[in-house]
Amino acid sequence: MSGPSDFQPSNPALKWIERRLPIFGLIHSSFVAYPTPRNLNYWWTFGAILSMMLALQILTGVILAMHYTPHADLAFKSVELIVRDVNYGWLLRNMHACGASMFFFAVYIHMFRGLYYGSYKEPREVLWILGVIIYLLMMATGFMGYVLPWGQMSFWGATVITNLFSAVPYFGESIVTLLWGGYSVGNPTLNRFFSLHYLLPFVIAGVVVLHVWALHVAGQNNPAGVEAKTEKDTVPFTPYATIKDMFGVSCFLIFFAWFIFYMPNYLGDADNYIPANPGVTPAHIVPEWYYLPFYAILRSIPNKLAGVVAMFSAIIILCFLPWLDSARTRSSKYRPLAKQFFWIFVVVCILLGYLGSQPPEGIYVIAGRILTVCYFAYFLIVLPLLARIETPRPVPNSIADDVLAKSKGRAATAASVMLAMVVAGSLLVGGTQNAKADEGGTAPPAQKWSFSGPFGKFDRGSLQRGLKVYKEVCAACHGLSYVAFRNLADPGGPGYSPAQAAAFASEYKIKDGPNDQGEMFERPGRPADYFPSPFPNEQAARAANGGAAPPDLSLITKARSYKRGFPQFAIDFFTQYQEQGPDYVDAILQGFEDKAPAGVTIPEGSYYNKYFPGHAIKMPKPLSDGQVTFDDGSPATVKQYAHDVTTFLMWAAEPHMEERKRIGMQVFFFLVVFAFLMYFTKRKVWANAH
Amino acid sequence: MTTASSADHPTRRDFLFVATGAAAAVGAAATVWPLVAQMNPDAATIAAGAPIEVDLTPIAEGQDIKVFWRGKPIYISHRTKKQIQEAQSVALSSLPDPQPDSARVKAGHDQWLVVIGICTHLGCIPIAHEGNYDGFFCPCHGSQYDSSGRIRQGPAPANLAVPPYAFLSDTKIQIG
Ligand code: FES
Repeated sequence: MSGPSDFQPSNPALKWIERRLPIFGLIHSSFVAYPTPRNLNYWWTFGAILSMMLALQILTGVILAMHYTPHADLAFKSVELIVRDVNYGWLLRNMHACGASMFFFAVYIHMFRGLYYGSYKEPREVLWILGVIIYLLMMATGFMGYVLPWGQMSFWGATVITNLFSAVPYFGESIVTLLWGGYSVGNPTLNRFFSLHYLLPFVIAGVVVLHVWALHVAGQNNPAGVEAKTEKDTVPFTPYATIKDMFGVSCFLIFFAWFIFYMPNYLGDADNYIPANPGVTPAHIVPEWYYLPFYAILRSIPNKLAGVVAMFSAIIILCFLPWLDSARTRSSKYRPLAKQFFWIFVVVCILLGYLGSQPPEGIYVIAGRILTVCYFAYFLIVLPLLARIETPRPVPNSIADDVLAKSKGRAATAASVMLAMVVAGSLLVGGTQNAKADEGGTAPPAQKWSFSGPFGKFDRGSLQRGLKVYKEVCAACHGLSYVAFRNLADPGGPGYSPAQAAAFASEYKIKDGPNDQGEMFERPGRPADYFPSPFPNEQAARAANGGAAPPDLSLITKARSYKRGFPQFAIDFFTQYQEQGPDYVDAILQGFEDKAPAGVTIPEGSYYNKYFPGHAIKMPKPLSDGQVTFDDGSPATVKQYAHDVTTFLMWAAEPHMEERKRIGMQVFFFLVVFAFLMYFTKRKVWANAH
Repeated sequence: MTTASSADHPTRRDFLFVATGAAAAVGAAATVWPLVAQMNPDAATIAAGAPIEVDLTPIAEGQDIKVFWRGKPIYISHRTKKQIQEAQSVALSSLPDPQPDSARVKAGHDQWLVVIGICTHLGCIPIAHEGNYDGFFCPCHGSQYDSSGRIRQGPAPANLAVPPYAFLSDTKIQIG
């Protein structure tokens, strides 16, 4: 793309093609011979990382679409079936869901890098603006993708975000109706979001081509911010940049794999494991972490239209950056003031993100307003002003001079990149764990679980006892509808044989039909059948239980959580703490007290529970000592029952957990070895360039 | 790419490049595996393909029924004396896919023919009691099967397949 190439393939067949379609010359000049500044640091590898992420998201997305059903009644279930039944479905889903977060994480680093080194300045304005367009498309794609699992957060996120458009004067309502395809968010909305979610990544890929084209016309910026002048300033893209990018990618994959295999739900919201319910809004509507700064800006303005305008302006303003910052020196390395303000701006963005995850009350609102002002002031006041008053330090004459000036400190960069990524990532995202259990409940005590940590495994005895407790107690009111009897014999489960699972199934009566006479009939259960639900429908469940339908327990340990708070959530990232759900469920089962403490009034038909949010729970104390007897001599106590049934429910919520952790360890081992190999290969290749 | 200074140990460098390349290849292959394996039937589909039981009492002589197993139509024919006779007497050498009738039914249950009702040509469903051989006729491209489900005429290369099944009693079979 950087002008006609004199590249000629030697193979006659390739020559024949090249004469008619000079594609090899194009590839050669764009990705092989293309001169790349020799002083690029590791922040520049994020371009390659983003390309890889886009490719990976498209690949896993196309695969998931093979198994997903875009229908309001089936979407949630189809996602669960992907995770439970499709071969490696859990892996593909985790890759795609965590991949979205990693994609945004990388794009934010890429953008901040451009901001710091002035990569938007003349002659790269169009390149930058194309980047902003990609970012906007990513936001739309990410949002619509989040709607597809059709959980509570999907549904209410879709409702809130589409309602942003109702702020448009005169046409607002019609626009929103147009987006929904109905009177509210519903099946037509889900269908079109699926269609667009499939389309937009290819549009992104198209704009990426333009982005790369513009990059290759203007040439890459570099940390010194001076243009490449002579041969000495550059190295050919292949092998130098290619190898370095691959090393960057392999390090990033380690970070990515940490989420896929060990923290798949760290970035998600527990509420999204509850199927969409148009009648109940979750206590806190929080978008995915990557939208939080803009969400905070939206909420800090007390006027609907102004808030929406401010939110969109916060992104659109990036397009004008090349003209707002008219300083001649590109790189902030040589701009002492701009450098400081840049870091302040980074902190402002992170704090806005944190505020976006907090409830919009009290000090959070005031802080949000101040930071919103800071955000805009950076672009509208600080940058234009600095361009006038700041005296930059002298920039090096050429890139070659810049390289000579710093012959050390290279190896440290890679380490600092990793560290910065990990720290910034955990900081940005941690605030989002939002919980059912955080209003007015006491934090559940942390338990010891055999399945926690990177080597965690389910305790088979505990799973079998838990199944017994579920069958004899919980099953009277709670369904377990995503678990099939055959699962009891799956590897990583309670450890029954297929024959035992079949015998277990045959004790159940399953409704089947219609038969040849058109009638429904009952037959003994088979391994392929799912645990039958105690009530035929939600209304019946509600009516029989004082107005509160007992939730299905298949996902309960993932659908419940409680707030960990700062700095605990950041520590959780490193300790791989993922057991909020089990801790909560266990605590609820043990948290019943006969008498509410003084000052707490419990309404008629409710019961006092120490750990339930608001303390008034509709479920009567389900377990009491001696209720279930275990064959293996385990104590017949509530404490033991709670522990066992929670273990069982954790397995029910994630039957492939052991496989996930086992494969994760193999992948980790491989990636670390590979990253080392890449590092030394990169050093060998670059040895010639220094 | 190969402009390394001669002072470098060439063998050690080459080993490093080969090791890195090999690791990349292994990683790529291991990544492709789940991406392809996901296309195989999922666990729920496999579980739903478990054996089924069919009661034969309602099928009168000369009648047949169609049941579904693993998404495939299975013909269960209660053959007449004439049909059995025809199926047993035909000269094997005249058949495109020679197979005696005894190999296609269960011993002692000559009257029951159980075949997968999928034409071995290109997968259409043959119609029972049609064609010239007292068996099945496939309307797609004109294949004709006899009363033992053997191909007699037309483009289909093989006999109708017999699914795995067993008699649980004289009036009940389990398919699968
Ligand atoms: S499919 Fe039956 S004859 Fe072609």
